[in-house]
Amino acid sequence: MTALLPRRGLAQILALIVILAVDRVVSPQFFDLRLQDGRLFGSLIDVLNRGTPVALLSLGMVLVIATRGIDLSVGAVMAICGAIAASLADTHSLPVVLAAALGAGLACGLWNGFLVAVLGMQPIVATLILMVAGRGIAQLITEGRIVTFSSPDLVWLGNGAVLGLPVPVAIALGMVILTGVVVRGSALGLLIEATGGNARASELAGVGTRAMILAVYVWCGVCAALAGVIAAADIMGADANNAGLWLELDAILAVVIGGTSLFGGRFSLVLAVLGALIIQTMNTGILLSGYPPEFNLLVKAVVVLAVLLLQSPKLTGFAGIVARLRRTKA
Amino acid sequence: MTLKALFAASATAALLLALPANAGQLTIGFSQIGSESGWRAAETSVSKQEASKRQVNLKIADAQQKQENQIKAIRSFIAQNVDAIFLAPVVSTGWDSVLKEAKEAKIPVVLLDRDIDPSGKELYLTAVTSDSVHEGAVAGDWLAKTVGSKPCNIVELQGTVGASVATNRKKGFDTAIAKHANLKVVRSQTGDFTRAKGKEVMESFIKAEGGGKSICAVYAHNDDMMVGAIQAMKEAGLKPGKDVLTVSIDAVPDIFKAMAAGEANATVELTPNMAGPALDVVAAFKEKGTVPPKWIQTESKLYTAADDPQKIYDSKKGLGY
Repeated sequence: MTALLPRRGLAQILALIVILAVDRVVSPQFFDLRLQDGRLFGSLIDVLNRGTPVALLSLGMVLVIATRGIDLSVGAVMAICGAIAASLADTHSLPVVLAAALGAGLACGLWNGFLVAVLGMQPIVATLILMVAGRGIAQLITEGRIVTFSSPDLVWLGNGAVLGLPVPVAIALGMVILTGVVVRGSALGLLIEATGGNARASELAGVGTRAMILAVYVWCGVCAALAGVIAAADIMGADANNAGLWLELDAILAVVIGGTSLFGGRFSLVLAVLGALIIQTMNTGILLSGYPPEFNLLVKAVVVLAVLLLQSPKLTGFAGIVARLRRTKA
Repeated sequence: MTLKALFAASATAALLLALPANAGQLTIGFSQIGSESGWRAAETSVSKQEASKRQVNLKIADAQQKQENQIKAIRSFIAQNVDAIFLAPVVSTGWDSVLKEAKEAKIPVVLLDRDIDPSGKELYLTAVTSDSVHEGAVAGDWLAKTVGSKPCNIVELQGTVGASVATNRKKGFDTAIAKHANLKVVRSQTGDFTRAKGKEVMESFIKAEGGGKSICAVYAHNDDMMVGAIQAMKEAGLKPGKDVLTVSIDAVPDIFKAMAAGEANATVELTPNMAGPALDVVAAFKEKGTVPPKWIQTESKLYTAADDPQKIYDSKKGLGY
């Protein structure tokens, strides 16, 4: 049995199954799916669709964390790029809007990467700067209002469907595949892990650690930009005060739930995205359950604790010892 | 230099003219919290409009959400010897000493939009605020009247958990519909006052209530969440405004746009015009010495599709919401 399942990721898959089962209990129609105006409609689709922003953020975040860094600015970058997309949407074509928003995300990533890789600032402080300033920049772009738009192209990006799947989900899927192919299809992933494992040793071994660090922050910025555009397209407006607010923490949590250590050195893209799905499955379940909203955060904390306990080396080690003892007795 | 001279000149002018009957032009200092929300921006622009309507010289100081900046602003207003000070307090405590300074300088202070700690009651002239319990009640009464005697399952989008506005708007609504046994809140969740969360929560309500067919009305603690909820309903193939009644609070421009499109039914206004009543009170106090009541409640006006929403949208959209 254990041979059939990947050893890494077992805890996450188990956690997802358990949470899905709990969702099914609190909401009997959880797995119902039907077609509505050419797109699938149901709670499962909600989980995927609502999980998209955090999944995209975690995709960039996991690479940053693999280099032993962290990016606190992704929520603010979402707000900036959403604001740019919304302000341009009604006067420019979609390619221009996307280029501007993604370009801004890239620039934000470059800034973070410059501070960390070139100036040698600690990632948590370096990205904190943009986390604080970024929301202000977004507010300057929107002048503190919610900028709405009606451009059907951009709206489609948030609310349209491809083969029944919501467009955001398709985009996220594409990004996971693209990132996976680039990072794991080449030695890039290994070099990133080497940088996180021991930057000094990697440098001496000829790894361009500076370029690696710069690249992961840039990619993280681009992912955040995409998440910001999708979030804006979803509500047909850019809300600079709230778009992406605290999502950097959800993204970090998703990466950690996915089993990637904050000390860097190794990472798993798929498990980070799975972590994002676990968070969203739980959120959707809480909303469906009908419990008073005062319980939301408490339930979330308990579930996260349980998932992390499942992965704790001490605890799993203990379980392993117990299992071995049993086997020897038998 | 010229600015200083201007201040000095206006202060002297105010000193000379503030004496009895013929008050001339009033100079009023307004310590505004900042511009954290669209409503706040609208309040600032409406205040300017109301002041120029009455030929009052209104000086606005933006405190950027910091009490220390507000205190500094009030002190500088006192130094300029303005005729009155408007204060939209960012927090409810810590005002005693600066308000005492204003009282000693015989400058009346009017609180706008928010109240302060009861211990300071004698330190200000009056407070112009909205009653958020009443806002919820107006929404509830409208729904009860519109639904009539048929049974109605309501879903509620609450504001941020623990925010006093959310608690009060819920309380007012619950009290209003408690008199009607046919009205029942079947689901209630927080949408954090935002569009995105309003949409997400409404999506889950629709799934949980059998595709939304059993939902008769949506009540949202603010318009932004309702705008999100309307999108969720449309995507689920429901017709908000027709199949599902909507009532929310704030009266921001975008809800009027939805109303004009027939997708929203009613909103209760949290008026951005707090300065208007405050200016009238100050004028009466300065001219005739009329002491106003300690609390002036602004009107919580109900707007429906019958009120020409397109026109209201056009008049509101320029206010900075």
